[in-house]
Amino acid sequence: MASREEIVTGLADILNELAGVEQADVTEEKTFTDDLDVDSLSMVEVIMAAEDKFGVKIPDTEMQNLKTVGDAVSYIEANQK
Amino acid sequence: MAGSRIVALGHYQPSRVVTNEELSHTIDTNDEWIRDRVGIAERRIADGESVTDMATFAAEKALANAGLTAADIDLVVVATCSAEDRCPSVAAGVAARLGISAPGAFDLNAACSGFSYALATAAHAVQAGASVNALVIGAEKLSDVIDWTDRTTAVLFGDGAGAAVVSTVPDGEPSGIGPVLWGSAPEKGDVLTIAGWRPYIKQEGQSVFRWATTAIAPVARQACEKAGVAPEEIAAFVAHQANTRIIDGIVKRLGIPNAVIAKDLVESGNTSAASIPLALSKLVERREVPSGAPVLLFGFGGGLTYAGQVVRCP
Repeated sequence: MASREEIVTGLADILNELAGVEQADVTEEKTFTDDLDVDSLSMVEVIMAAEDKFGVKIPDTEMQNLKTVGDAVSYIEANQK
Repeated sequence: MAGSRIVALGHYQPSRVVTNEELSHTIDTNDEWIRDRVGIAERRIADGESVTDMATFAAEKALANAGLTAADIDLVVVATCSAEDRCPSVAAGVAARLGISAPGAFDLNAACSGFSYALATAAHAVQAGASVNALVIGAEKLSDVIDWTDRTTAVLFGDGAGAAVVSTVPDGEPSGIGPVLWGSAPEKGDVLTIAGWRPYIKQEGQSVFRWATTAIAPVARQACEKAGVAPEEIAAFVAHQANTRIIDGIVKRLGIPNAVIAKDLVESGNTSAASIPLALSKLVERREVPSGAPVLLFGFGGGLTYAGQVVRCP
């Protein structure tokens, strides 16, 4: 089980690799779209990579609700196996 | 059973070019945004041409390239999801315009996968002895069903047509159209629609993107396996031309290191069922793929449907 901090770090790595976001910019209060400038298709790639990395299923319907990094961390934390 | 093969192709696009810059005058978008996210630089939009006009022009070129005439054709199948009329079919219109006497003629709607469905259907007819020379056409006038005020869809689509002549293979020569791998995810049908009376295209881009980048590569590999062709042998990959990022995503998972990757959407946009024959016809015209080389075709789209097959380049 990954801690919140580990999940943030893991997401930062993914966001850096797939969307060119600086790791240091990835903090829980940031929104993916407005603050980190992740476009809608990159967001899908990020979500799919996060599923693999953390062993969670994030359905399309849930993806719409993940506005901030913190939202994603909370979802992953609650649903990881 | 007889074999079948594509003997020639032809295509038609309207002469009117609509650039990203032109679209940015009427909707909130720009060239960089569209190129970045979709990969399209410009598209062709019909300027008076109907679906039947474009299908007929593409078919005329395919017939000429095949060295055949209307009298040789006994089956016309048109893949389209944007026909102006429900009846008569575009296929019947093409047959009438070309003077093809008494062919089997029907339209087929599998949205953006339509050409691969139509190609398989024609190949099956030829293999079963129900046809000797078939015209298989993908033709779309999506400009009719675009909501030109919707920035999420208006930038994506274009108009055009591509056609192939599918014929019986003479005894002793190998078949040129591999077994089709077709299927669908009907439970996801509502993420891409052209629905209702006087309809517009609507799609949930993220859901379509996720499905296409994950579901297509495994079935495309199965199409290669069914044809007995290793992925390394594929000389060209002509996927449905929806989005360069979808194509790149599929290619990454597919492992076809020696293939030319068709990216006709850069200059044509997404032309739904016309996109594969349009892109393939141009590859052949530019001689980018040697005759006889295996080419993987794979369509995917509304339904959600998919279909593909390995064909030998004419």
